[in-house]
Amino acid sequence: MLAPPRAGRPASPLKKLLENAPSVLLAPVPLALLQPMFTRIATHVAQARPELFNRLGPHAGKRFLIDPTDLPFVLVLTPLPDRPLLTAHRRHERPAHVAAIAGTFFNLLDMIDGSLDGDALFFSRDLQVSGDTEAVVALRNALDDFEGSALDSVVASFGALSGPAGLALSVVRSVRGR
Amino acid sequence: MSEAQSFHQQDYQRPELVCPAGTPAALRAAVDAGADAVYCGLQNETNARNFPGLNFTVPEVEQSLAYARARNAKLLLAVNTFPPAGKFALWRDAIDGAAKLGVDAVIVADMGVADYAARTHPDLRLHLSVQAGASSPEAIRFYCEQFGVKRVVLPRMLTVAEIAELHSQIPCEIEAFIFGNIGMMAEGRCSLSSYVTGASTNMDGVCSPAADVHYEEDAARNLTTRLGEYVIDCFAGAESAGYPTICKGRYLCGVQSDPYYAFEEPVSLNLSALLPDLMRAGVTALKIEGRQRSRAYVKSVVGAFRKAVDDIMAGREAAFASLLALTEGRRETEGAFPSKRWR
Amino acid sequence: MEIAVQANKSELTLGPVLFNWEPESWRDFYFRIADEAPIATVYLGEVICFKRAPLFEPYLEAVAARLQAAGKTVVRCTLAEVMSKQERKMVDEVCAEETIVEANDGSALLRLRGRPHHAGPFVNVYNERTLAVLARGGVCNVCLPPEMPASAIRALCPEAAKLAVTIEVQVFGRVGLALSARCYHARAHGRSKDSCQFICNVDPDGMALRTLEDKPFLTVNGIQTMSHDYLNLIGELADLQAMGVTRFRLSPHSCDMVEVANIFRGVLDRRISATEAGARLDGIKIEAPFSNGFYYGKPGYSWSRATAP
Repeated sequence: MLAPPRAGRPASPLKKLLENAPSVLLAPVPLALLQPMFTRIATHVAQARPELFNRLGPHAGKRFLIDPTDLPFVLVLTPLPDRPLLTAHRRHERPAHVAAIAGTFFNLLDMIDGSLDGDALFFSRDLQVSGDTEAVVALRNALDDFEGSALDSVVASFGALSGPAGLALSVVRSVRGR
Repeated sequence: MSEAQSFHQQDYQRPELVCPAGTPAALRAAVDAGADAVYCGLQNETNARNFPGLNFTVPEVEQSLAYARARNAKLLLAVNTFPPAGKFALWRDAIDGAAKLGVDAVIVADMGVADYAARTHPDLRLHLSVQAGASSPEAIRFYCEQFGVKRVVLPRMLTVAEIAELHSQIPCEIEAFIFGNIGMMAEGRCSLSSYVTGASTNMDGVCSPAADVHYEEDAARNLTTRLGEYVIDCFAGAESAGYPTICKGRYLCGVQSDPYYAFEEPVSLNLSALLPDLMRAGVTALKIEGRQRSRAYVKSVVGAFRKAVDDIMAGREAAFASLLALTEGRRETEGAFPSKRWR
Repeated sequence: MEIAVQANKSELTLGPVLFNWEPESWRDFYFRIADEAPIATVYLGEVICFKRAPLFEPYLEAVAARLQAAGKTVVRCTLAEVMSKQERKMVDEVCAEETIVEANDGSALLRLRGRPHHAGPFVNVYNERTLAVLARGGVCNVCLPPEMPASAIRALCPEAAKLAVTIEVQVFGRVGLALSARCYHARAHGRSKDSCQFICNVDPDGMALRTLEDKPFLTVNGIQTMSHDYLNLIGELADLQAMGVTRFRLSPHSCDMVEVANIFRGVLDRRISATEAGARLDGIKIEAPFSNGFYYGKPGYSWSRATAP
C-alpha cells in the first residue's frame, strides 16, 4: 500500500522527542501524571488561536474521542472556548463521546500538524471515523486552519524548560515521581 | 534562444494555476506553493462548499486578499449557488462585499446573481462557475452576452479536442479542471443530496452533508457508509474507501448480478499527462479542485502542478511525483478529457 | 367565487414523455390523451437523449395535429443536456419551429430570446431576479425545479405575476434528480452511449436501482437519474393554487394517465376531495410509493400529510 506523501517539513521537536522516548516509559505511567501536560496543550491552543472555536461553531463543547491505537491510552477532547479540556483515559474506561477518530499516534500527530492529509488517511483505511461526522469534519477543518506546527507552538509554550530536552526531562520526572 | 525553446514558447500560452482554499491557512499554503490565483467562499450557503468549519469570514477574505496581492496572486470569491426566492439578500450581500473588498473576480452560477453583479458592480469581473452547467458555445455565449462574463469554468465532460474547438467559438476565457474530486452528474442541476437529506446542493451548497453521513466499521474491518437512510457503499476489509457521495456508490439492479458502481467509481481527476495538450488548446486557467481538502493536500498538489507548468513553459518535460495517494479510492482517471469513448 | 376563479385559472399540463417508449405506443398514448384527458397543454419532444428522437419523429406531426384538434396547446421541448454537435443541431431544429418552445438549457435560451418561450424544469429558475432576467428575454411560463420548497414557490409567485409569467409545478410522476453526459442505462448493460442499441426501451418507467440493503432507491433513465417514488402533490394543490401557481404538470408514466388527469382535474375543480383523490390514486397500478418531501423542505423521498384539510 502506498504511504500518503508527507508535505516536506523538518520533523517537529516534540515528534523527535517522542520517537526517542521508548513507549515503555509511557505504559506504567499513571495518567494523572500526564494530565497536566495535556491540559497545558489544550489551554495553549485555545489562547493562541481563539478563532478556532468560532470555526467549530455548535460543535465546540462536544466530546471527541481521539484514539492513538498504538498507545495504551485514549484522549477526550472537549473544545470549549473558555475552558478547553483534553483528558487522558485508559482504553477500557470507554469514556463518553459523540465522535471518535482513531489512527496510529504518528499518523494522528502528522495530521494535526498539517503534514499529512486526513482524507488520504481515511481513503487508505489508516484513519477510522465514527459517530457525529459533522462534528469531526468541523474539528478537522478548524484544526487545519491552525497554521504552522501546532505542536511546535505547544512545545515552545512550556517556557523555560521548552525544547526537546526540557520536555523529556519533565516526562521523565513525572515517571519517576519526582 | 534555441529552436526547441522558441517552438515551445510560441506553442504554449502560460496558464494561470487556480487553486482551492478552504481556510485562510490553506490559502496561504496555496499562494506559497505557487498559485497564480486562489478561490474561496464565505461561511454560508452562497458557495458550493458550505461545509462545517470551512470557509472565510469577511475579515478573513480581506486579510487573505492582502496576503495574495503582496505575492502577485489573485483572489476569486465563489458565490456559485442558487438563491431561492425570498432569500436573495444573502447572495446580494456577498456580491456587494466582494465588490467593496476589491476581489479579483466573483465566480457565479445563478442568472439572478450574475445579473445583480453585472448591473450593480459593472467593474467587478465575472467568472461563470461550472455550476452554471454551460456546456455548449451557445450556452456560454448566452451568459457572456447577458452578463458580460469574462471566463467560463468548463463542465468536466468535454474532451481536449472539444475544448480546443470551443475556444474559437466563444468570446471569453476558458478555465478547465486538472485535478481533484469529480462528480459524474451535470453540475448545478443535481438534486440527489436534497432527495436523501433535505439539504440542497444547489440552494444550500452542500453535497452529501456530513450531518447525514454515518460510518460503521465492523470487527472484520468492513466499512459501511450511509447517507441518511440509504447505504451508499461498503468497503471490505482493508479496501480503499471513498466519500459517501451518492453518485459514487455501489448499487444493485436487475441486470447486474453483483453490486456495481452504477454511476462512477470513486476516482479523482488527474490530467497531469494531458497538461501540454490543455495548454495548447487555449485554456487560460487550470483549476485544482479541493476546498474541502487539507493544507497538506493543497501544498502537495499546487506544488506539483506549479513545477509541471513551469517545466513545460521552459521546454522541459514535466515529471510528476505520484499524486495517487491524494486521490479518492486511490485511483485516477482522465475522465472525458482524452477521448469520447468514455461515454 | 374565489375558488371558481382559481379553478378556472388552473391548467393541467402533461410533461414530455421522458422514457424510451415504442414509437407506436408513444403515438397511441398521445392519441388517447387528445381524445380523453382533461389536459390543456401537452409538452412534446425528446428531452433526455437525442438518439431517441428519430424513433418517434415519424408520428410527431400526426400527434401534434390530433392534440391541437382536440383543443390542446402543444409546446415543443428541447434537450436538457446539450453538448455534442448532434445535440446542438437538434436544439436548433426545434427552436426553428413556429410553435412555442420550452427551453431546457442555456443554448435554447439563447436561440429563443426575443420571442415568447417557456423555461423548463431543467433551467435553474430559483428566484425572482432570475425570473426577471428570463422574462426580459421573452419567457412567459416557467416550470420550476422539483426540489423547490413551498416557501420559495410562495415567494416567487407574486413576482411572476408582476412580470406576467405563469408558474408551473410538477405534481405527479417520478422526479428528475440529475443528468449526466454518461448513459447509465447503457452502463448497466455493459454498453457505451454510442453503442447502446436503445436498451433503455426495456424500461417504460425507468430502471430500478437498489441499495446494498436491497432497498429501492433511484431510477435510471438513460443519462437521467430519477427518484424511485412518484411525486404526488394531490394534497398540496389547494395551497399551490392559493399561492398563484396556475399550471400543474403531470409527468407521463405507463400507468393510466387519463385516470390520473381526471383525478387531479377533479381536485383542482373542487369536485373531489384530496382524501378521495388520494384513495383513487392508490388504486392506480403504480409500483412505487408516493412522495412529497421537496415541497416541505424535507428529504425528497419522504411523505408528509398536508397540514391543512
